[in-house]
Amino acid sequence: MVTVDMPQVGDIWSWLEAVPDPEIPVISVVDLGVVRDVAWQDDKLQITITPTYSGCPAMSVIAMDIETELLKRGINKLEIKTRIAPVWTTDWLSEKGLAKLEEYGIAPPQAAGEPERCPNCKSSSVEKISQFGSTPCKAQWRCKECLEPFDYFKCI
Amino acid sequence: MNALFEFLLRQGDNVLVLGHRTSEWCGTAPALEEDIALANTALDLIGQTKLWLEYAAEVEGEGRSANDLAFLRDAYDFRNVLMLETPNEDYGRTLMRQFLFDAFQVHWLTALTDSKDSRISEIAMKSVKEAQYHLERSRDTIIALGDGTELSNKKMQAALDYLWPYAREIMLVDDVDEAMHKDGIAPLPSEILAPWDALVKSTMRDAYLTIPDSNFVHKGGRTGQRHTEHLGHMLATMQVLQRSYPGATW
Ligand SMILES: [Zn+2]
Repeated sequence: MVTVDMPQVGDIWSWLEAVPDPEIPVISVVDLGVVRDVAWQDDKLQITITPTYSGCPAMSVIAMDIETELLKRGINKLEIKTRIAPVWTTDWLSEKGLAKLEEYGIAPPQAAGEPERCPNCKSSSVEKISQFGSTPCKAQWRCKECLEPFDYFKCI
Repeated sequence: MNALFEFLLRQGDNVLVLGHRTSEWCGTAPALEEDIALANTALDLIGQTKLWLEYAAEVEGEGRSANDLAFLRDAYDFRNVLMLETPNEDYGRTLMRQFLFDAFQVHWLTALTDSKDSRISEIAMKSVKEAQYHLERSRDTIIALGDGTELSNKKMQAALDYLWPYAREIMLVDDVDEAMHKDGIAPLPSEILAPWDALVKSTMRDAYLTIPDSNFVHKGGRTGQRHTEHLGHMLATMQVLQRSYPGATW
């Protein structure tokens, strides 16, 4: 009889914490809320991910990065499934992820739909430059105090 | 005829054709911010296309993929409304087209979230958030340009005059719609007319633009009966790689 080494689901979640988002590498795919489920189906590991935006080009890279990380940990029977419901929302960003975003210079999403303050000098005097930004999940804003432009993580 | 397949093609082809048209601005928009906004809007639309056409391919059950449907069908097999295949022409017409579509799409997708078909309701829930974001921008921009300079107002009025006869094809009803309605899969598109009309009227009023006094509607796109000559030209560009190198992957 072959003993299959099946790591605990909790350990796998913590390993995924080390997989960075390809476009915002300061936060992990877990912080971003795109990993929805980790479960063993017999001896096969099933990971369920969800896209932030339906056209997000990072999804295939995220799936590949997860696979690479888990292969390194010795998991080679792996299936990554994509599902769209329930729909991803910025509410799924972790507290840790929100803090890291701001530290990195990206204003975290706010329910009010506007950044609370400039991630650079913390002034609340900010203005919108464009509703869209360098990736589908961001918009461009500018600080009227320090005059620095910055990314704002759109709230959806 | 498989009514559900037809219905799904209509949904997918609308966002595919508008998504491709919008992407034609990439690198040439009037300002960097607008270039980025248009490219991101196009990206959302192409992402939504994938969701619709993947389901369409499954429902058809002929072994075709979403990519096959997008890149290997000819113009007469497309089911998008005519307005979305009209050339970009200028920035005003591009934005007006986007607004007239967004104003429908937000109400339509909201209604589809209640579909008895859970896959359709999931796609609608995912897409409607993006459509709302697009509408916010297209509506604001229409108003800013309509209520801008004399020249920008003139261009936006010309765009509205040109697109108006195309705008309501998307709310016409035929056998496919009746079948979807009967099965609880979708409301009749004509049910969207009242909220669409109200939104378009209030927006045009705020933008100082006049809605043409005509009820004429160009049709034939969503049934596939007759597309404009523009669609074939657009597909020639969009499909060139798969046509020249069949099955190419990278
Ligand atoms: Zn600042």
